Amino acid sequence: MKKIESIIKPFKLEDVKDALAELDITGMTVSEVKGYGRQQGHSELYRGAEYVVDFLPKIKIEVVVVDELVDKVIEVIVKSARTGKIGDGKIFVSDVEKSVRIRTGEMDNEAI
Amino acid sequence: MRNKLLALATLLPVSIFAAEEAAAEAAEKVLTLDVGNTAWVLTATALVMLMTPAGLALFYGGMSRSKNLLNTIAMSVMGYIVASIVWVIAGYTLAFGTDINGVIGFDSLFMSGIKVTDIWATGNIPVLLFAAFQMTFAGITVALASGAIIERLKFSTWMIFAAIWVLVVYAPIAHWVWGGGFLSTLGVLDFAGGTVVHINAGVAGLVMCLMLGKRADFGKAMFPSSVTLTVLGASLLWFGWFGFNAGSELGADGIAASAFLVTNTAAAIAALAWMLVEYVTYKKFTLLGIASGIVAGLVAITPAAGFVDTSAALIIGAIAGIVAFYGVNGLKKALKYDDSLDAFGIHGIAGIWGALATGIFANPEVNELGKGLLYGNPDQVLIQVEGIVVTIVYTAIATAIVFKIASILTAGARVEADEESQGLDEVAHGEKSFNIR
Repeated sequence: MKKIESIIKPFKLEDVKDALAELDITGMTVSEVKGYGRQQGHSELYRGAEYVVDFLPKIKIEVVVVDELVDKVIEVIVKSARTGKIGDGKIFVSDVEKSVRIRTGEMDNEAI
Repeated sequence: MRNKLLALATLLPVSIFAAEEAAAEAAEKVLTLDVGNTAWVLTATALVMLMTPAGLALFYGGMSRSKNLLNTIAMSVMGYIVASIVWVIAGYTLAFGTDINGVIGFDSLFMSGIKVTDIWATGNIPVLLFAAFQMTFAGITVALASGAIIERLKFSTWMIFAAIWVLVVYAPIAHWVWGGGFLSTLGVLDFAGGTVVHINAGVAGLVMCLMLGKRADFGKAMFPSSVTLTVLGASLLWFGWFGFNAGSELGADGIAASAFLVTNTAAAIAALAWMLVEYVTYKKFTLLGIASGIVAGLVAITPAAGFVDTSAALIIGAIAGIVAFYGVNGLKKALKYDDSLDAFGIHGIAGIWGALATGIFANPEVNELGKGLLYGNPDQVLIQVEGIVVTIVYTAIATAIVFKIASILTAGARVEADEESQGLDEVAHGEKSFNIR
């Protein structure tokens, strides 16, 4: 099992969710997060005072999938979240040791 | 404008004694209530009232940081409330009671002796209505000054300051210009409060922000809580300003209509001018700039409203937007004082411009009481300068003293450093502006 964490532009969430649903990914966790990468922040102007906003709002999607699906999921997320402009985000993949469905007690691949 | 008879007398080549005689005769004449004027000034009073606890409160509140939004609103709301109380106790009589040597007025405290049937000679409206109308002006003036000192002042200091300031600073200046005091005798033209309200509040704000010092975060990023609220506030100010300017005619007549129109014209062109200068400078059409321009235009047209025509209003407004933009973006940055919401930058600067402009553009065809430079009366500009200088000097000195007294009475005017960093909504009020859950 792998966990795929994607940091994406907020307005791309619907596209990514729909694309993942087509792959029969049955669940995901979404959080509103803030951060910056190469895009850096942006600046706002109030009565001539320019303030730099360091952290930009982003969406973090976490999905846990069986190993065989990882490449396909990454491909779909990249395709659906990309605008081609700076700030499109990043994807991180990590190993997941165990998973449990709380209601039934099912474990690992059955639980995702 | 408040006392047409006196004002008219000053324009005529007659002695002071003749003017006094004329005024005395008029006082003896039986005045009958004018229904139309009374209805309009009642309405106008309600409009001006809305400007402070709604218009100004939101205009200022939206520009403060979200941790100080309520405190900033509360300064306007309590400024109005405190002024309302001290006005009926003593403020009204000091400003508009029987003149004592051109310096101050006095009849009696607590409005005693004023009957419901008493009629104010200008406009033939009830004296009690005139007093209520003027009360709303006292309220907004003190609240305007709060913009310079938000996010670091003790709330107790503010309330005590507001009470004393209305009596010691506002009432005398209102008397000098409108209550038959020495500036009205001199012939200073101030239709609705360029000197009395805006220069007065702007300079008071500047003096207080210099005495109180900068906010700890001055120069760092301080995001306004909501430009949306500020624009709503500016719009409510604009709406109420029709009562302020057209109401100051104290009559439902052509001059009131003219004042209404030029008020709108000046606000619109000033907003456009500010927006364009800001765009040229920073490449953004900021809504905060548009809202600021609206207010700058309204401020500048205030003293001129009942004296100038619409083409003059276009010029007055356009220049107001530009000078106030530089008052905010140039002067403050160059001198590095923390006039937090630009009480001086907008009200002081645009107020001074408006008072001068009245001396330049006053058109006797609009109002026979005012004749400016462009209509063959260059002396009017000098008289206006005198009014401006007297107001600035008196306000600066008297505000400093009042602020010092309020500060001593509350064991220091400034909140503790940790309270300032925590935000005054929580510290002073125990509330939050938004609970988004």
